[in-house]
Amino acid sequence: MNFNTLKKLIPQIITIVILVGVVAYFWSNTIINMEYYGYEFGYDFLSKAASFDIQFSLIDYDGSSPYFRAYLVGLLNTILVSVLGIIFATLIGLFMGISRLSPNYLVSKLAEVYIEVFRNIPLLLQLFFWYFAVLRTLPLPENAISFGQSIFITIKGVYVPKFIWTNFNFFIVSFILAIIVSFFIFSYAKKQRENYGKHFPAFWVSLGTIILFSGSGFLFGIVNLTFEYPEIYNLTETVFNYRGGVTIIPELLSLLLALSLYTSTFIAENVRAGILGVGKGQKEASSSLGLTPAQTLRLVVLPQALRIIIPPTTNQYLNLTKNSSLAAAIAYPDLVLVFAGTALNQTGRAIEIITITMGTYLTLSILISIFMNWYNKRIEIKEK
Amino acid sequence: MNYLDNIIKPKQANQNTLVIFGSILILISFLDVVLLSVFDVNLTGSSKGISFFLPLLLGFMGMYYIRFDHTNFPLINKFNKSLNIDWLNSIFTLLSIFLLLKFVPLILNWLIFDANFIGTAKEDCTGGGACWVFINVWLKRLAYGLYPDSETWRINLAFILLFVTIGASYLAKPKFKKYIILFLLFVFPFIGLSLISGDVGGLVYVETNVWGGLALTLIVSIFAIIFCFPIGVMLAMGRRSELPVVKYFSVGFIELWRGVPLITVLFMAANMFPLFLPEDVFLDKLIRCIIGIILFEAAYMAEVVRGGLQSLPKGQYEAAKSLGMGYWRMHLFIILPQALKLVIPGITNTFIALFKDTPLIAIVGLLELVGMIDLAKTNPKWLGFAAEGYVFAALVYFVFCYSMSRYSQKLEKKLSTER
Repeated sequence: MNFNTLKKLIPQIITIVILVGVVAYFWSNTIINMEYYGYEFGYDFLSKAASFDIQFSLIDYDGSSPYFRAYLVGLLNTILVSVLGIIFATLIGLFMGISRLSPNYLVSKLAEVYIEVFRNIPLLLQLFFWYFAVLRTLPLPENAISFGQSIFITIKGVYVPKFIWTNFNFFIVSFILAIIVSFFIFSYAKKQRENYGKHFPAFWVSLGTIILFSGSGFLFGIVNLTFEYPEIYNLTETVFNYRGGVTIIPELLSLLLALSLYTSTFIAENVRAGILGVGKGQKEASSSLGLTPAQTLRLVVLPQALRIIIPPTTNQYLNLTKNSSLAAAIAYPDLVLVFAGTALNQTGRAIEIITITMGTYLTLSILISIFMNWYNKRIEIKEK
Repeated sequence: MNYLDNIIKPKQANQNTLVIFGSILILISFLDVVLLSVFDVNLTGSSKGISFFLPLLLGFMGMYYIRFDHTNFPLINKFNKSLNIDWLNSIFTLLSIFLLLKFVPLILNWLIFDANFIGTAKEDCTGGGACWVFINVWLKRLAYGLYPDSETWRINLAFILLFVTIGASYLAKPKFKKYIILFLLFVFPFIGLSLISGDVGGLVYVETNVWGGLALTLIVSIFAIIFCFPIGVMLAMGRRSELPVVKYFSVGFIELWRGVPLITVLFMAANMFPLFLPEDVFLDKLIRCIIGIILFEAAYMAEVVRGGLQSLPKGQYEAAKSLGMGYWRMHLFIILPQALKLVIPGITNTFIALFKDTPLIAIVGLLELVGMIDLAKTNPKWLGFAAEGYVFAALVYFVFCYSMSRYSQKLEKKLSTER
C-alpha cells in the first residue's frame, strides 16, 4: 500500500468511525431512555383507534378511525393546499413578473413594491396576519357578504354551492374521451403543419369536441347537475350558521393567501430573469420575420424563457410544499398538525411519528423534483 | 361633420387644443376619484357600484386625445412616453392610479391620521385607526421577552459591544481588521452568550425560557448564521470530494435536510432529540433548536457554495496544484476566495431566508418577536390588537431583510472583478 492510497483511505475511515460512533451513541441512549420511560418501539399504533376529531377532511373520518386514516387525512390536506397554492402562486407570479418588465413606469413600480414587501416579511407573520387580523374582521353569518345568494363570505369560512351530479361517471368518461380525441387532433395538426405547411385550427376544433362530448350527456338527459346552496339556520336563538354546500374553512383560506402571495414574489423574480435572459436578437429576428408581438412572445420568447424559469421555479414549488407545514401554527389540519402534533401527543411515539412525517415530506419533495426534471428535460434544447 | 371627425380621429393640426382638452378630461377623472375616496363626495353622480366606471371612461378618452408623438408640452411628452404608450397601457395606468388613490388614503388613515400613539391602556385608543398604544406599552416585552427588567442592561451591553466591534472593524487598519473579524466570529458570540445567560462573574443566572422578543430573534439568527456558514462550506467541499464515503455522506446529509420542512426539524429537536441523550446530560431546548436551524440552513448554504465551486474554471484548480499546493491550501487560498465571491448574492439570500425562518421557533414554544406578539394579543386587557402587532413586526422584519439585500447588492458591485 503506497502513501497516496493511505492518504485517501484515512479520511474515509475517520468519517465512517465518527458516523458509526455518533449513531451508536444515540442508539444506545435511546434504548436506555425508552426502557426507563417504558416506551416500546413499533408501528402497531397505526391501526389503533385515533379517538380525536379532525375539523376538515377530504375523506370520511371520525374518532373511531385508526391513526393511519388520520395520517391519510393530514397528507391529503397537505397535498390539497400545496396544489392550490402552486396554481395560484404561479398565476400571480407570472402576472407580477411580466408587470415588472412593463414599459409602463407605474405598473412596473407597483409590481416592484409588491414583490419587495411580500418577500421580505416572514411567511409565518403573513400567515398570522391574514388569519388573526384580516379574516377575523369578516362579518358574522347573519350579515354575510353574499354573491348572488349562492356564495357567502363569513368569519366562519366561505360557503359555496355543492355540485350534485347524477351519472357523474358518464360525464367524466366522455370528458376524458374528448381529451384523448383532441390529443390526436393536435398531433394531426402538427403533422399537417410540418409536412404540408397547412394550418389546421386544432385549438378550436378540439375545444368544440370537448364541449360536444361532455355536453352530449346533458343534452340527452343522461347526466344532470344541480346545486345545493348553503342556507342559513339558527344554531341557537342568537347564533346563526350555514348548512349545505361546501365550506372553505378560514384556516385553508389564510394558508392559501399567505403561501401563494409569498411564493409568487419569488416566481415573479424567476419569470423576470427568464424573460430578460432571452437575447434581444431573438425578438428582433422574429419581428423581422413578420411575426406579430403576440406571436413573438408566444412562439419565440416564452419557449426559451421557460428553460431559464423552470429549474428555480421547481425549487419554489418544493419550498411551497414544505412551507405548507406552517399550517400547524393556525390549526389547519395538515400532516404536521394532525400527525406530528395531535397523534404524537396522544401516543408519545416521538421517534416513529417524526420519522414517518419527515419521510413523507422527503418522498413528496423527491416526487416533485423527479416530475419537474422530466418536464425540464422534455423542453430542453435538443442539440443535433 | 368636420368637428366630429376631429374628435374621433385626433389630428396633428389641432394638437394644442386636443392636448388641453384631454388633460382637462384626465384631471376631472382623477379629481372625481379623489373626492369620492377621501371626502366621499360624488362629482359625476354615478352610483356607488360603478363609481369607477365614469372616471375610467373620461380618463381613457383624455389619454386618447393627448397621445401624440410629439407635443409642445414637455410634461405631456414624458407622460406619453412612460405611462401612455398605447390604449392598453393607458387603461393599466388609470387602474393603477385609481387603486392608489382609493387605498393609499385608507391605509395612511389607519396607520397615522386616525391612529392613537400616546396612552397607557386600551381605553386611550379612541380614533378609528390603529392603536399604537398597544405597541408602546408592550415595547419592552417585544424587545426583551420575559427577561427580568433589572437585568436587561446585559442584553443592551452585549448588543452595544457587538455594534462597537463591528464599527471598529470598519475603521481599523487592514492589519488589525483580520483579528477583529476573527474575534467577532469565534470569541464574541460566547462572551455575549455568557453575559446574557449569566452565572459567571457574579451575574444572576437567567434561564433561557424567559429569553424572548427581538433579542431572541437576533441571538438565534446571529448564532445560526455564524455556524451554518463553515458547516455549509465543508459540506459543499465534501460533495465535490473524490473520496466516495465523504461524498455520499455529504450528498445524503444535504438532500435529507433539504427535503424536509424546518418545522419538522424543530419538532424533532424539541420532542425527539432528548431521547438521544443520556439522562444526566441536559441540553437546553433553545440550544437544541439552534442546532436544528444550523444543520438545516447549512444544507442550503452547501448548495449555494457548490454552485460557486462548480463555476470556477478548471484552470484555477490545476494552476494551484502545479504550484505544489495540497488540498486544504488550494481551497483556502485559491478556490474558496474566488468561489465565495461569485455566490455572495446566494449566501445573503440564505442568510435572509434564515432570518425569516426564525419565527418558526415560536411554534415549539420559544417566544421570539412573533411569539411575544401572540402572547401580548391574547392578554385579556389587550384583546383585539392583532393587526397592530403583526404590522409592527412586519415592519421590523422588512427593515432588516430589505437592508440586508440592499447591502449584498452593494457588496456584489464592489467586489466584482473583470474576468
